[in-house]
Amino acid sequence: MRGPARVVAIPGFGLTMGITLAWLGLIVVIPLAALVIKPWELGVGGVIASLSEPRVWAALRLSFGTALLAALINLPLGLLLAWVIVRLRFPGRALLDGAVDLPFALPTAVAGIALTAIFAPNGWLGAPITALTGWQVAFTPAGIVLALMFVGLPFIVRTVEPVLRDMGRDAEEAAATLGATRPQTLWRVVLPALAPALLTGFALSFARSVGEYGSVIFIAGNLPMVSEIAPLLIVIRLEQFDYAGAAAVGLAMLTLSFGVLFLLNLVQRWLRRGRR
Amino acid sequence: MMGPFRPAHEDAPWARRLLLGLALLVALVMLLLPLLAVFTEALRRGLPVALDAILEEDSLAAMRLTLIVAAITVPVNLVGGVAAAWCVAKFDFPGKRLLVTLIELPFSVSPVIAGLVFVLIFGAQGWFGEWLRARDIQIIFALPGLVLATVFVTFPFVARTVLPLMQEQGRDEEEAAATLGATGFQTFWRVTLPNVKWALLSGVLLCNARAMGEFGAVSVVSGHIRGETNTMPLHVEILYNEYQFAGAFAVAALLALLGLVTLAAKTALERVAGRRAGGAA
Amino acid sequence: MPTPGFATGRRALLTGAPALALAASPAWSQQANTLLNVSYDPTRELYREYNPIFTAQWRAQHGQSLRVNTSHGGSGRQARSVIDGLQADVLTLALAYDIDAVAERGFLARDWMSRLPHNSAPYTSTIVFLVRRGNPKAVRDWGDLLKPDIRIITPNPKTSGGARWNYLAFWAWALRQPGGDAAAAERATAQLFRQVPVLDTGARGSLTTFAQRGQGDVFLSWENEAHLALQEFAAAGLEIIYPSFSILAEPSVAVVDQNVDRRGTRAAAEAYLRGLYTPEGQALVAKHYYRPRDPAVLAAHAARFPAMELVTVDGAFGGWAEAQRVHFNDGGIFDRITAPAR
Repeated sequence: MRGPARVVAIPGFGLTMGITLAWLGLIVVIPLAALVIKPWELGVGGVIASLSEPRVWAALRLSFGTALLAALINLPLGLLLAWVIVRLRFPGRALLDGAVDLPFALPTAVAGIALTAIFAPNGWLGAPITALTGWQVAFTPAGIVLALMFVGLPFIVRTVEPVLRDMGRDAEEAAATLGATRPQTLWRVVLPALAPALLTGFALSFARSVGEYGSVIFIAGNLPMVSEIAPLLIVIRLEQFDYAGAAAVGLAMLTLSFGVLFLLNLVQRWLRRGRR
Repeated sequence: MMGPFRPAHEDAPWARRLLLGLALLVALVMLLLPLLAVFTEALRRGLPVALDAILEEDSLAAMRLTLIVAAITVPVNLVGGVAAAWCVAKFDFPGKRLLVTLIELPFSVSPVIAGLVFVLIFGAQGWFGEWLRARDIQIIFALPGLVLATVFVTFPFVARTVLPLMQEQGRDEEEAAATLGATGFQTFWRVTLPNVKWALLSGVLLCNARAMGEFGAVSVVSGHIRGETNTMPLHVEILYNEYQFAGAFAVAALLALLGLVTLAAKTALERVAGRRAGGAA
Repeated sequence: MPTPGFATGRRALLTGAPALALAASPAWSQQANTLLNVSYDPTRELYREYNPIFTAQWRAQHGQSLRVNTSHGGSGRQARSVIDGLQADVLTLALAYDIDAVAERGFLARDWMSRLPHNSAPYTSTIVFLVRRGNPKAVRDWGDLLKPDIRIITPNPKTSGGARWNYLAFWAWALRQPGGDAAAAERATAQLFRQVPVLDTGARGSLTTFAQRGQGDVFLSWENEAHLALQEFAAAGLEIIYPSFSILAEPSVAVVDQNVDRRGTRAAAEAYLRGLYTPEGQALVAKHYYRPRDPAVLAAHAARFPAMELVTVDGAFGGWAEAQRVHFNDGGIFDRITAPAR
């Protein structure tokens, strides 16, 4: 048996570790190593110059800002859907449950085209929205947020749902017995119990949507400094045969999203510790 | 406790109705409307036009390619994902946290980057470009490149759905099996697999749905040769760019239907699994 | 338990091997009796009609059946794909600069442009305006674009070849205005792009945004795309406006030496491009609203190609390499005029 000498009777460590490392190495580690190495062809100064362009900043700010905002809006929406699916009994509940996974089924480009058609100023919802409020959704950053919400919503529902199901109602009943009002119970008992799952869902929704390309380019408007997302900038740089510059933006995105996810992880631990 | 009066730990009927209404509104606008738009546009010029677009030679080629890509991607990620989950759940070793992080990493990598990295490695200007060219091996702009990009994007699905369950179930059963002299394979097949099979299946189906629908990553490595290296999502884009909107949406609708069937299968499976688990408890 | 884990580990790696071997089978998509034409967006309809005509001729002359595959996309992306190893036999791109980029990396001779007549551009086109029916905003010429209430739709010059022609046409016009110098042209172009509400990555996406989604008042368009739009978006009610002056767009074609020599397709590839220069080829080109080079064919279709004054990139900008460097590269003028926050 290879690996650390812990006395475990279960066989198969070598086998599974071998497969895991081969799978991980070939598909993830080597390719991402290429991404990490490539930008430095420009030299340290070159990478800094390549990333400090205002357009790059604007694109990164937009991508991370809209992804965080979309995940934030998705939190209450996802919680609502999960709550209704788990706690309420109504005809068509199974249908609603299934509909949550739709963003998985619809290819991202198709989702982008469909959302654009719906929210364009002459679309099903875009026309009334523009007529009533004067706001435009498609071809503005609002459109990007919308597309990212679509892509990220199932992640929140699907992480909160099992926890809500497992939670049972004992704690709520106990709180009610002790004289807590319903809002107090929800705020003090239910929400803290769901917080770690909500946070995980938030992280997943963010991670999934920050790099999203297919559904966004159709609805974004793609104006430099205004509605140009970071993945589009990578594509643009590639098309200028600037491989190292493209990889530099890619590396910056990867580092940033790692940072955000790491922070969320810390908060997560802190939440868990606080509850114990 | 279930008296004629409403217990204090339940929501008032008006609150329930409000919640239900809001949830349905969200589902309608955010989830169903895009799907509805796809089918409406697909049928705008009638069913025959839609069917023609789907049965056209290049569409069929795209369909075939998508199925081939998914048929290679899913087993690769199935074997890798199960092995990784087993490894992490049943053994202790240093660097475990790092391993789990690496497995989840592709989730947070932009699909565009997923395509880019394989260009950097296998492209003619990439690390192995010269070597591959000398041997006349085509990776990028051919099936292998499409498969690699898709495997990357769908990498964590199986591992992520199976791992929490395996961790939750602990090691007692496997240790017992091993003590009784079972081989590793027997232990997995007879003990672990039955415990996780429903989660495994739903992971596989999710992986499959995502593999068929991936656009950004394959777009970078496809080369967009009509009838040769276009997957269905790319074919949709091509038709759309040819102003064949009805045709584009027809193929998109078919793709969505494939995804829906997959998801329906997943939901049905979870139902069965839930019932079994409920019965056992 | 002794070392079964390690032994089975190796076996498992071996079972994984066939899948990879299958996936890496050499060059599965390209055989010797196929040609791959890597082209830009608006040529889809032209080559879809030309391909079967050419393969029929080829079969008649050489008794060999041939299949022509095409790949379409933004001109820059297509060039990049060939550089990354897409096995193109012929390139038919939106501008010479993109073919130069491929030539720079050794895929074809640097003097590719002199190998076929007319700078290796068998057809030309130009940039015209597409407006909504009745021309409600009265857009007649480039100057009208700068009126404050006009919204202009164009793709992104960074990613679209057509958009670079749009940009350069406007710049060349601005230079000709009274007091027109580089600084004035830059100010005018900056103003123009402030009035662009959506920048798609390609000409096709851009036209959809204009015609289907109802964005903008004017669409800066390839001449041939404008005509196609009249047919495809008949319901949207569009009309073409010819400005007084525009740019001579020369979409270039070339054989990719390295790929055809390896694949043994040189003869077919060269015949494919030469066929575009024949009277039949030129007539087909004119049918798809590209301006033919053949004076006789052009005369026969004079009605669909109004005479305009056209400047060339060589004449007004000192060639594509220079235009690209000054205007479109990172840190160039286009970046500068779009950089300040709107």
